[in-house]
Amino acid sequence: MQVKLRVKRFDRERDREPYWAEYGVEAEATDRVLDLLHSVKWYQDGTLSFRRSCGHGICGSDAMLINGRNRLACKVLIKELGKRISVEPLRGFPVVKDLVVDQQAFFRKFESVQPYLVAEEPPPARERRQSPEARERFDDTTKCILCAACTTSCPSFWSNPNYLGPAAIVNAHRFLFDDRDAGQEARLQVLNQSDGVWRCRTIFNCVEACPRGIDITRAIGEVKKALLLRRG
Amino acid sequence: MAATYHQYEVVVVGGGGAGLMAALTLRGRDVAVLSKLYPVRSHTGTAQGGIGAALGNMEEDHWEWHMFDTVKGSDYLADQDAVEILAREAVETVLELEHWGLPFSRTPDGKIAQRPFGGHTREYGKAPVRRSCYAADRTGHMILQTLYQQCIRHQVKFFNEFLVLDLLIESGRVAGVVALSIADGSLHVFHAKAVLFATGGCGRIYQITSNAHALTGDGMAVAWRAGVPLEDMEFFQFHPTGIYRMGILITEGARGEGGKLINGRGERFMEKYAPTLLDLAPRDIISRSIYLELRQGHGIGGKWYVHLDLTHLSREVIEEKLPDITDFVRTYLGIDPVKEPIPVQPTAHYAMGGIPTDIWGRVVVDEKNRVLPGFYSAGEVACVSVHGANRLGTNSLVDILVFGRRAGRDLVRYVAENDFPPLPPRAEENAEQWVARLRAGRSGSAGRRTTVAELRDTLQREMMDKASVFRDEKLLAEMKEVVGELQQRYQEVTIQDRGRVFNTDLVEALELAFLLDCAQTVVAGALARQESRGAHSREDFPKRDDQNWLKHSLAYRTPSGQVELKYKSVSITRFQPQERKY
Repeated sequence: MQVKLRVKRFDRERDREPYWAEYGVEAEATDRVLDLLHSVKWYQDGTLSFRRSCGHGICGSDAMLINGRNRLACKVLIKELGKRISVEPLRGFPVVKDLVVDQQAFFRKFESVQPYLVAEEPPPARERRQSPEARERFDDTTKCILCAACTTSCPSFWSNPNYLGPAAIVNAHRFLFDDRDAGQEARLQVLNQSDGVWRCRTIFNCVEACPRGIDITRAIGEVKKALLLRRG
Repeated sequence: MAATYHQYEVVVVGGGGAGLMAALTLRGRDVAVLSKLYPVRSHTGTAQGGIGAALGNMEEDHWEWHMFDTVKGSDYLADQDAVEILAREAVETVLELEHWGLPFSRTPDGKIAQRPFGGHTREYGKAPVRRSCYAADRTGHMILQTLYQQCIRHQVKFFNEFLVLDLLIESGRVAGVVALSIADGSLHVFHAKAVLFATGGCGRIYQITSNAHALTGDGMAVAWRAGVPLEDMEFFQFHPTGIYRMGILITEGARGEGGKLINGRGERFMEKYAPTLLDLAPRDIISRSIYLELRQGHGIGGKWYVHLDLTHLSREVIEEKLPDITDFVRTYLGIDPVKEPIPVQPTAHYAMGGIPTDIWGRVVVDEKNRVLPGFYSAGEVACVSVHGANRLGTNSLVDILVFGRRAGRDLVRYVAENDFPPLPPRAEENAEQWVARLRAGRSGSAGRRTTVAELRDTLQREMMDKASVFRDEKLLAEMKEVVGELQQRYQEVTIQDRGRVFNTDLVEALELAFLLDCAQTVVAGALARQESRGAHSREDFPKRDDQNWLKHSLAYRTPSGQVELKYKSVSITRFQPQERKY
């Protein structure tokens, strides 16, 4: 079938402002949006720029705004979208070119929550024991692929770019609820700052956007609760 | 345009598992990591089923059994001194990952959980053993995340979205690399005492592949152009279970949990080909068996696929132990694997060959294993060789970590003992000319130009037809011609995008050259090797021939751009070659 693909484009070397380009692409219902973008780039217009790598929803390169929702281009099929498809860069990040956005600030926020295991005592000779129940406690937030779909769907982030954002909080949660970790205090201090977890207004856009199905709002709620318990 | 110059004692190229492991081993030292992608986007993250280590958490297991399985799986081409290290150090490596926080799945008593995997057995082949340590079916994702987390903790210096274009050698020593910054199109010269290549594989030489778009053999080709040979390139693994037509991987862990392969006649056909291990035979054997079934018209409905059937497993097992592949199958095929079998076909998965190294990751450049000072390599881009003619599942993750770490350790020694070598004059010149040529071509509409896509499509399609699971002299000779023509036509390639900023049109044109080089060495090695061993299956030479071919190939680039082949011996320590049956 013929699909009308509209792409919001911008090349700062050539364009004064972003514009919509429209392409007709022959596609099958089971093709991915990424296949459409490749079809344009390879056979119509080589100047179209976007990131991608694994092509099946694991590397997190190709999050973008597709028909008004944040999705991975490699994980949404044409049949879910119909014959008119529009694609834009993620909101709230500076556009580098076309669908490529600058993610440096995003990664700095991720790093700020100390997303690594802090263990005080020297490790045992074998593995640390962890019960399947304790492991399950933080399973959901280990799935994060740092694609930024959640953070850039969040109205609190749009209105305050300094807000840590859901992705960083999800990664803090992954360690806060790991019973092997001893770095809670320092991590909670970062989350408790004015641009930390309290900026979340439980709007649930992030849950809707997450291509990994992480219950992000719940994770954020658990982090807030941990902070409240700590105060008490 | 002038290049920007940098100086670091060690430059690691590649931000996947091997590169990050080496960087962590070098933590606190003067190291920079160059990565074509943001490191968390690396292909290590897509590994699913587990990392093999004889922890013995579920049942008796020993590193000697792991070593034997790896050697037998390699069809006796692996170097046994290196395999011994792999199997021994796998255990401490997995424990170190746990100590760094990796969230492994757990046994009821809290140990790291383990599952069966293809070719991994107890007592030297008697029956499958549970050796694969896993985190659901996203083990690679958790390994990559854990390593990157530790890099943040230790403040490792990264140059993200840098594409390596040239390896600098001066006075017989490696002196650095030249790289393109994709973000702004600038060229950078990295002056170093030592360079580690950990850039991954080249699966994109094939049309149906589990490999990411980024896997274009960059490190292999850059090293080859600099005069370094590539070892055993003819051995390319096809994983038996890629999603039909898309090639997306369905982990062997699905069969480890009890999944079965079924042909169009409803038969569990692996009973014929591997009566002991059945669906858990090594990958080369299962991929060939599937091809044989398909050729006899035993595909599902006569089509080019068979079924991977999980429907006899419980919903809990499928959703808890295989959540990601369940998601893939639902997303891409609209099928619920709890209720319906999955259409699968073999998919190009792993290069056993690569840049030859010794057991310390040091690159060796001739039949006598002479070291090229200052050059290191680890992971899929390298060939130690621990995988020989066919890699066992889970061993790629072991390889990147064990040999990434060993390379890191030897680099500590090397940079302490050596000064910076001089840089060659105008170090960026080759890279600069190459980029300039691609930019200079006439721009125009896609129909009138020689495009990257056109050449790459031809390469991938033809490699699939002529140099994949089954090969013969006629097809390989034809493929050699095809690659030669494509190399010629590459000289006429032009790109449409003339910009500096994030020019992926340029990046893909550069990557195409790397793909062509890799394909050229695969085909040359395959055409010369007149035997069948592991993943290299010649229909005109169907038997393994230890008398003439128990040796590694070394493909060199001649000044005119042709391949010259030499051979070197295999290290055999504990296990003499035997007939390989499962």
